[in-house]
Amino acid sequence: MGCTAADVVAAVRAAAAVVQEHRDELVRLDQAIGDADHGENMKRGFTAVVSRLDAEPPDTPAKVLKLVATTLISTVGGAAGPLYGTAFLRASSALGDAAELDSALVARALQAALDGVIARGKAAVGDKTMVDALTPAVTAAASADGSVAATLSAAADAAAEGASSTVPMVARKGRASYLGERSAGHMDPGARSTALLLRALADTAAKA
Amino acid sequence: MTDTTRVGLVVVSHSDMLANGVAELAAQMAPDVTVQPVGGTEEGGLGTDYGAVVEALADADSGAGVVVLYDLGSAKMTAEMAVESADDPSRYAVVDAPLVEGAVAAAVAAQGGASLADVAATAEGASSETPAATPNRPALHLVQGAVSAEVQLTNEVGLHARPAALLARTVAELDADVTVRYGTEEANAASVLALMGLSAPGGKSITVVATGKDAEEAVRRIEELAERGFDD
Repeated sequence: MGCTAADVVAAVRAAAAVVQEHRDELVRLDQAIGDADHGENMKRGFTAVVSRLDAEPPDTPAKVLKLVATTLISTVGGAAGPLYGTAFLRASSALGDAAELDSALVARALQAALDGVIARGKAAVGDKTMVDALTPAVTAAASADGSVAATLSAAADAAAEGASSTVPMVARKGRASYLGERSAGHMDPGARSTALLLRALADTAAKA
Repeated sequence: MTDTTRVGLVVVSHSDMLANGVAELAAQMAPDVTVQPVGGTEEGGLGTDYGAVVEALADADSGAGVVVLYDLGSAKMTAEMAVESADDPSRYAVVDAPLVEGAVAAAVAAQGGASLADVAATAEGASSETPAATPNRPALHLVQGAVSAEVQLTNEVGLHARPAALLARTVAELDADVTVRYGTEEANAASVLALMGLSAPGGKSITVVATGKDAEEAVRRIEELAERGFDD
């Protein structure tokens, strides 16, 4: 079974719920090595996404992702706004006007999202950023084969591992980089939120 | 001088107060340049507001383009996204420059009618270090056709920020290369930061050396400026 615009809307709503649920955790992670606003910023952004989806649900998967992108860009406020905004925008472009997604399209969208995040934030693997979660997710998605659910699940597993891998890292990008060595020992909040989002998308696909 | 179209500036900060403060400082140096501050989120918190940056870009553009300065990484990303979404991104330059020094240097360059590329380069060349004077250059007054004069700084504070900006502006309008010497240090008079870096105090004398078509006029105007005490 393919993945329609309605399925993508459901997945984004699930992602918004997960962000809401983990708001305090993201705040705590960001308190340790950043400016403590990631949880609140993400919650505000995804709350705005949900109210726009309520008002006018888009009719293709690409349009859903584009709505997410433009909403996050204008409502998040911190670095996550332009970074996730770019990720969703590039993913949206990669989908074209497809009415249903298959696993190959999902993998391509994830790759486009990663390329966008790297272009925007200039971060590489090992810098202790969301790139450390998204890069292994893209690799896993590209080699997964089968359903959209299986592809997203592989991506989510890899992202979770990638997020964990940021704990010992010394940050080289973003506000945490000002802490130098003291940034080690904490998970990067952006990597954590990336893993949470992918898990929510995968779980929704598995239920569809 | 409002008949000339000048490059505008946008100062993007996480803080509304910081953006406004930097814009105030830069605008003091450049009365005819539009310096648009944009800081904080829509709710008034710390952060950057994409929509507000898009508006600021349009407000600051009077036809000659806009140089965008930012405080921290995510302000840069927001500025870059806003530029990419513009109808003609080539009218905007997001510059990697120290915020305060860069804004001041860019404002003075824009006031002098510099192009978008030149204003951007001036901002990027502004260092938070004391601007480099060029102590080892051959004495310019030995250059053929150079005009030079000893000028006494009759104002109390000497070549501090505002007088330096005034001097740089005076020179920018003319077809002349002007060097200001104080003690063993020299500064290009086109650079307000280099002039400030001379740390020439009130009551002391500077040497002004000019070459080019308007060399005499340049020296005359600087003498006049000093006689007026830089309008302090």
